[in-house]
Amino acid sequence: MAAKRTRKPKLAVWKFASCDGCQLSLLDCEDELLAVTGQVDIAYFPEASREYIRGPYDLSLVEGSITTPHDAERIHKIRRQSKVLVTIGACATAGGIQALRNFGDVKEFTRLVYPSPQFIETLKKSTAIADHVFVDFELRGCPISKEQLVEVINAYLHGRKPAVPTHSVCVECKRRGTACVMVASGIPCMGPVTQAGCGALCPAYNRGCYGCFGPMETPNTPAASGAFSRLGMNEDGIIRTYRSFNAYAEAFRRESERHEPTNH
Amino acid sequence: MSRRTIKVDTLARVEGEGAMDIRITGDKVKDVKLRIYEPPRFFEAFLRGRMYSEAPDITARICGICPIAYMMSSVHAMEDIFGVTVGGPLRELRRLIYCGEWIESHALHIYLLHAPDFLGYESAVHMAKDYADVVKKGLRLKKAGNDIVRLVGGREIHPINVRVGGFYSVPSKAALGALRDELLWACDASEETVRWAAELPFPDFERDYEFVALQHPDEYPFNEGRLVSNKGLDIPISDFHEHIEEYHVEHSTSLHSRLRARGEYFVGPQARWALNYDKLTPRVKSLAEELGLGGITRNPFKSILIRGLETLYACEEAVRVIDAYEEPDAPYAAYEVKAGTGYGCTEAPRGICHHVYSVDGEGHITFARIAPPTAQNQPVIESDLRAYATKFMDLSNDDLQWQCEQAIRNYDPCISCSCHFLRVRVIREA
Repeated sequence: MAAKRTRKPKLAVWKFASCDGCQLSLLDCEDELLAVTGQVDIAYFPEASREYIRGPYDLSLVEGSITTPHDAERIHKIRRQSKVLVTIGACATAGGIQALRNFGDVKEFTRLVYPSPQFIETLKKSTAIADHVFVDFELRGCPISKEQLVEVINAYLHGRKPAVPTHSVCVECKRRGTACVMVASGIPCMGPVTQAGCGALCPAYNRGCYGCFGPMETPNTPAASGAFSRLGMNEDGIIRTYRSFNAYAEAFRRESERHEPTNH
Repeated sequence: MSRRTIKVDTLARVEGEGAMDIRITGDKVKDVKLRIYEPPRFFEAFLRGRMYSEAPDITARICGICPIAYMMSSVHAMEDIFGVTVGGPLRELRRLIYCGEWIESHALHIYLLHAPDFLGYESAVHMAKDYADVVKKGLRLKKAGNDIVRLVGGREIHPINVRVGGFYSVPSKAALGALRDELLWACDASEETVRWAAELPFPDFERDYEFVALQHPDEYPFNEGRLVSNKGLDIPISDFHEHIEEYHVEHSTSLHSRLRARGEYFVGPQARWALNYDKLTPRVKSLAEELGLGGITRNPFKSILIRGLETLYACEEAVRVIDAYEEPDAPYAAYEVKAGTGYGCTEAPRGICHHVYSVDGEGHITFARIAPPTAQNQPVIESDLRAYATKFMDLSNDDLQWQCEQAIRNYDPCISCSCHFLRVRVIREA
């Protein structure tokens, strides 16, 4: 017999280097927000509340990537206080757009942006949360899908696994009835190698997918790159295509490195 | 002499992460620091080498709350380089999507971030226990804005449909028409919002600000205009960096800004309001005048009212665009890529967002410089806190701390934009 619940589960939302968009997705659930807050106690969510209830927490949502020595420490403290830790969004699951520094020289980047670089403390690489601590579930997207977020919260509240597909965006285009932009219009599209979740938005607006949800399960990236080059994309274009919001996700990183001039 | 330390570990209900120290010795505020230690993300560095066409999608990721501002400033800058002017229905659609962003961002701030301060609640969720209908109205209003962004842009956060020259795909007249009824409701809801907020308690606090905003000859500003102020600034957007200096202080990963001639300045709804009041609709003006808000308002706590009035304007403007809309022949204006430097400056919900780019002949970005609104407001926020803590020093530590937090939230700071974490600490010492 299931144990009787005597209190509402405690939810905490944590932020690392990010744009705040993924945690905003929770506030963007305009129709569901008050229902969700009826089921959980929001124990820590500074974007929405001054209240701070001490841990441990039943569910921690973590947004953002690790980019500073201080944050590399902080994530361990959060893990220790969290029964279940779910990372939300491309920054937390792959290092985000700020992981473009990983391919360059961060000292040079700092000098370009800040007049007094000595004030800036930053790590050489922007990395995913799972590179630092055990993560129970990674919710992809730049930004995440709010429907998937509600599904994840719901799943963990009920002790089941979230139903989040790992197939490609192509499946969503077929379901939606969108003609393939690559086949029909010759527009390069990351859909074949990108995980579903957005609802195949870009092709529906007549542009190619640009990979917000990161690599699908078992992506055939060399085949996709071959198709891009047949459509006239040069090597620089192919590298840039893989190096955007999920640049440091393993499959995209490897494929972009395969096209660097030194690796030919 | 007395020494008091007031400390808040996390300043909440702002977008992003910062901290704040107020040091009080005896009856003097010795030092105020808005400390922003949002980890730097180096957008201006990694934009170098990217294609011009990627700028809107990449810079959108600076901010999850106001991605449209970044997308619009970047596409206008690129169009400035290529010498293309986007007019007709495409220009109107840009105004429409910006209306959507103002409505969702202002409703979020009014109801979920700012109103709880006035009523003494930790959050809108706490407030909803006593004010369920008010919070529900706020959420529905926010959704009306997001519905526009989702239809025109594809999704609310980081829309995918904005490109240099216009859009990838344009909505049908019928699809836009479907938004109309809800926006008419939103006009009324915005008016009710303003009337409701006008009853909130406002501290007696005014300062003589220099307000800076875009000004356009024919319209309340979103995407275009000259940069003007109430103290004599009147420049084309391309002269921004000649008149405004960005400087780096140790306690912030976000560059501060000041007018070279006169120092700190104020951007955001109250600045737009002060400088463009005559461009508002009759309904907005009559409501404002009824409540004594016509023209300049200098109490930053009343920003909640100006946000409400701007929300009404944005709802009315959205209805106007939808009613007049004719589908354009092409979703974007044609242009030729050429080398050069261009400028874009648009009115994010929280103030001007200025971009400069240089591109080479193939369209690769060779230089990028972005001045987000919250970065520009940092000095004025610090001096508000100094003045506020001086004037209301007799308050208890808890009250002073909360009201100082509220004084920061007056600016709807978007620290992710400017860089991030807000932590307030008031330290009193002998």
